Amino acid sequence: MRFTLKKDKSGVVIVGVEGQLIVGNRQELKQKILDALEEGSRKFVIDFSKTGYIDSSGLGVLVSLSKKIREQGGELRLAGLNADLQTLFELTKLDTLFAISRTAEEALAAF
Amino acid sequence: MKLDVPSDLGMVGDAVELVATHLPPGTLSPRRISFNLRTALAEALGNAIRYGTGENPARSIRVSVEFGHDFVRIYVIDDGGGFDTTQVPDPTHPDNLEREYGRGLFVIRHLVDEVAFNEKGNGICLTLRAG
Repeated sequence: MRFTLKKDKSGVVIVGVEGQLIVGNRQELKQKILDALEEGSRKFVIDFSKTGYIDSSGLGVLVSLSKKIREQGGELRLAGLNADLQTLFELTKLDTLFAISRTAEEALAAF
Repeated sequence: MKLDVPSDLGMVGDAVELVATHLPPGTLSPRRISFNLRTALAEALGNAIRYGTGENPARSIRVSVEFGHDFVRIYVIDDGGGFDTTQVPDPTHPDNLEREYGRGLFVIRHLVDEVAFNEKGNGICLTLRAG
C-alpha cells in the first residue's frame, strides 16, 4: 500500500493509490491531499490504475475530499478504475458525484 | 482458519491479506478473492473495530473462515453490544449521497452471495460462492 503524489507541468496534482484504499489508510491519503490543498494546489487527479480494492471508508474519504476541494474552488477527478471498482462506484451512485475518466491522461486533458 | 484481530483499524489490511492468501486454490475465482472477498471482509472488520469495539486495542475481533470446494464462509464477531441492521439508511438516497459514512453494509450486501447476522447484531456471516 502506497500513495504517491506528483505535479504535472500545469500544476495538477496526480495521486497514485497502490494496493488498497481502506479504513486503515484513508487518513494518510486524506492528509496528503489536504496538505497539497493547503499549499495552494487546486486541481487533483486520483489514479486508481494500481488499486486492488476500495472499501466504504475509502469511498467516504473521497466524498469528503471532493467537498473540501470544491469549497476551495478546486476540482477532483478520478481515473483508472478497473471494472470492479467502476461497478462499486455505480452501485453506490458515487459515479454521479465524481468526474471519472478512463485514464489519468484523459483526466488531465479534461481540466 | 481462525484468527483474532486486534481492534486497530491499521490491522485491517493485514488481516484481509492473511485470509485471502490462505484460501485453497480454486475455492473462488482469483477475481472474486481479489475484489469481492477482500472488500467485504475489510468492511466487516472495519465496522467491528470502529463500532463494535470502539477501536480499543485491548479488545479483539474473532474471524473464522470455513470453505468447501465451491464456497467460502467468513464469520466476523466482536464483543460489543451489536446494532440493529435493519435501521441503516439507504446510502444511495440523494440526501445521503454526500455523507462520508454509512455505505459499509450496503457494499457488503452487493459483494457477497449471502449475508447473515447473529441475533445480538455483533456478528456477521459472509458467504461467497464460486462462479
